[in-house]
Amino acid sequence: MTLEISRTFVDLILEQSRAEYPDEACGVILGPLGSGKAVRIKPMINAAHSPTFYEFDPKDLLSLYREADDKDEEIVVIYHSHTDTAAFPSRTDIAYAGEPGAHYVLVSTRQEIAPDTEFRSFRIVEGQVTEEEVSITD
Amino acid sequence: MSIEVRIPTILRPFTKDQKKVEASGSTLSGVINDLDVQYPGIAERLLENGALRRFINIYINDEDVRFMGGLDAPTKAGDSITILPAVAGG
Repeated sequence: MTLEISRTFVDLILEQSRAEYPDEACGVILGPLGSGKAVRIKPMINAAHSPTFYEFDPKDLLSLYREADDKDEEIVVIYHSHTDTAAFPSRTDIAYAGEPGAHYVLVSTRQEIAPDTEFRSFRIVEGQVTEEEVSITD
Repeated sequence: MSIEVRIPTILRPFTKDQKKVEASGSTLSGVINDLDVQYPGIAERLLENGALRRFINIYINDEDVRFMGGLDAPTKAGDSITILPAVAGG
């Protein structure tokens, strides 16, 4: 599996991650149901406001799923930033990963690599992490 | 009339891929018990040591059950319950 994502979305995710540093940034990209295409980006508020944790507010979460339902969309990408560690799923990322069909995108805003980017994508299914290729389109 | 329960993708293996199922009960706890009778094993994914799991969100008619008494939240025929795993991590 490869994640196809536009340069614009990659830039937006990195921009948001830098803007929200030192907290973790998070959001989703939606696409038409069943298409698997990353079409509409929706930054979310990290209700945990933490450098080591992120969580969508439960109210925002419900609105997000309702909106997706109403528009016949699905969550194609769930992204968040790591502020001080590699762009690789942490133990808690794996434990709480609840969307087996989504691409889990991780970016890192740790100082030593900025402004170069770590932008990586994974599948997380039943505790198993599989990295996948990221194909950035113009 | 019974209560409609919306099942998230991750729990659909329990419900034979159904997105919506029906259950009954006069409290959330009762509804979860009934779900577990119909779809054995599902309660364990929602509860831990007899309490709602921290990273599972349950809503009754779009209200977060945490503000409605948790497992004791009253439910009645015609209600709609939505279960969503938290989107969270470290």
